[in-house]
Amino acid sequence: MPLWVDKYRPNSFDKFVVHKDIADNLKKLVATGDFPHTLFYGPPGAGKKTLVMALLRAIYGAGVEKVRVETKPWKIDLPSRKLEVELTTLSSNHHLELNPADVGSNDRYVVQEIIKEMARSRPMGADGSRGFKVLVLNEVDRLSKEAQQGLRRTMEKYSSACRLIMVCSNVSKVMEPVRSRCLCVRVAAPSDAQVMEVLQGVAKKENLVLPEAFAARVVDYAGRNLRRALLCLEVCRAQQYPFGDSQEPQRADWELYIAEVAKNIMDEQSPKQLYLVRSKLYELLANCVPPELIMRQLTFELLKRMDDEIKLETVSYAAQFEQRLQEGAKAIFHLEAFVARVMSNVKTYLVSCGLA
Amino acid sequence: MSTQPWVEKYRPKNVSEVAYQEEVVNTLTRALETANLPHLLFYGPPGTGKTSTALAIARQLYGPELMKSRVLELNASDERGIHVVREKVKAFAATAVGAPVPGYPCPPYKLLILDEADSMTQDAQNALRRTMETYSRVTRFVFICNYVSRIIEPLASRCAKFRFKPLQPAIMAGRIEHICERESVTLGPGALDTLSAVSGGDLRRAINTLQSAARLGGGHVDRATLLDVSGQVAPEVVSSLAAACRATGAAGRFGALQKQVQNIIAEGYAAQQVLLQLQAELLSGADGGSDLRLCGALEALAGADYSLVVGADEALQLLNVTGQVHAALAAA
Repeated sequence: MPLWVDKYRPNSFDKFVVHKDIADNLKKLVATGDFPHTLFYGPPGAGKKTLVMALLRAIYGAGVEKVRVETKPWKIDLPSRKLEVELTTLSSNHHLELNPADVGSNDRYVVQEIIKEMARSRPMGADGSRGFKVLVLNEVDRLSKEAQQGLRRTMEKYSSACRLIMVCSNVSKVMEPVRSRCLCVRVAAPSDAQVMEVLQGVAKKENLVLPEAFAARVVDYAGRNLRRALLCLEVCRAQQYPFGDSQEPQRADWELYIAEVAKNIMDEQSPKQLYLVRSKLYELLANCVPPELIMRQLTFELLKRMDDEIKLETVSYAAQFEQRLQEGAKAIFHLEAFVARVMSNVKTYLVSCGLA
Repeated sequence: MSTQPWVEKYRPKNVSEVAYQEEVVNTLTRALETANLPHLLFYGPPGTGKTSTALAIARQLYGPELMKSRVLELNASDERGIHVVREKVKAFAATAVGAPVPGYPCPPYKLLILDEADSMTQDAQNALRRTMETYSRVTRFVFICNYVSRIIEPLASRCAKFRFKPLQPAIMAGRIEHICERESVTLGPGALDTLSAVSGGDLRRAINTLQSAARLGGGHVDRATLLDVSGQVAPEVVSSLAAACRATGAAGRFGALQKQVQNIIAEGYAAQQVLLQLQAELLSGADGGSDLRLCGALEALAGADYSLVVGADEALQLLNVTGQVHAALAAA
């Protein structure tokens, strides 16, 4: 049985509840059967991928939903050496989807090679129309600078045979020349009211009774992330039904764990406590929670628990150490340094207030 | 609607069609009459017509057919290390010219256009010095760059330099209206002003933005669509953020800032764009505060911009920078 997130994903432009305006515009755009290179950007869970799939479906029909996962080695001849990379792609007869960031530092060659390959195997429609394939690139913000440079010219050269749809959450990391060659579509996160509307719609289709107060808590928990809201609702359904008025939405394990770390930091500031926190951070990293996510979540959890006077300093430290984390090699150093800094700061503040 | 980019479609065909660069155009037109050209160096901000001028010169000298063999254009996406300069450029520069075609001046030299020359390495530029002189009888070089300071002095001194200036809003409006008329696009109220504000003198950007907006809006372009496709943050959002930065008392609490920032992140705006517009907003609304306080705020903005470029988290940086700006403005 599919998850609700997939089950109730709108697959045509007419069924969109949020981003109705974008859907209408895109519908007009593809009415001619053609569209320019496009870049979708916006926060996670806002509906970027849903829009992309609906766009593909509007052009090619249901065929695009028959996808197969392929892992095949690509052999690329470079002037200086031969390169072989293993790459997992998701493709249908009409499009191909990949995460270029998976390939690491060779991404520039891979992206160019794939586009050339697509151009070679250009499909011919019976009426000679629709002679292009679509390449969907996820997470282009993680594409290296060189790969983006290479894209500039490739995008123009092969534009008749291959259209690019790019998806990213951090548009600052996509360079200006690439952006200016695309139709940029900003996908904002749905408002709380819209998330509520979707939740109620899903509840109705599943024949559930959704109490107002409980739904509001789920919306609040999701923080304008639709995917999170739906997943959370489904988990809650599995846990307890009918929904209790006082039922709390189940938070993810790692979130609870980070909240606990924040509590530890605020409870006691000592080397011993630092040691305890350190082991918890290790635990989080060992479970593959991305370090920048830990840093962000921890900062917001800390902000909830501290006085206004020291909030700004805490955020400054977070910003400073998060940047070092990106530039550095080992995440644990910077996370720990941040915790130590905050502890010392909190302690100084408490002493100055005469509380400790 | 054709998918050909309008920037290509409406690229000027003659040097005299290039908008707003009178000094450059006059000098070049005279040079073209005698068909005697020095080496050229065009510099100036993006979207002011440098590449267009170079291509127009080529077209006027050789005509569309002969252009293919007489002109070599290399830009930053092509491989342009020192070995390319040594082999490809030298090979092209050294070949003799073919027979002229009637109807065009066809002077007895070729044109080598090096676009985005400021991204060439110093070594590659140095390797060009002697090549330029040796083959000057059969080849003229055109360097195009944004920053003339990145071209090494020995190369710059071998060229006639031309500076391209950012386009005035009125000139830009004329071009935009011309394109709208040809493409039968209608402009909503305020769209033209928004377009010139968004592009800041960059005609290519203005045309690209216009085309994207026209595609989305199906032939009608209004202000909101323009703001959206250009990636600009809505002015209301920025002004309310700036107000929160200036606020004192209960409205200036950290929680208020945090809420604003989280909203901006959820709306999907690019943090760097927010910084850019916040800076403009802070500078324009000089609220009688001393300049020194503004200095602190601007320093914070600069730091955040750097951090974002090296890949730091948008939410944390934005929250930090607004907090810093607030603190700087509140300082006595």
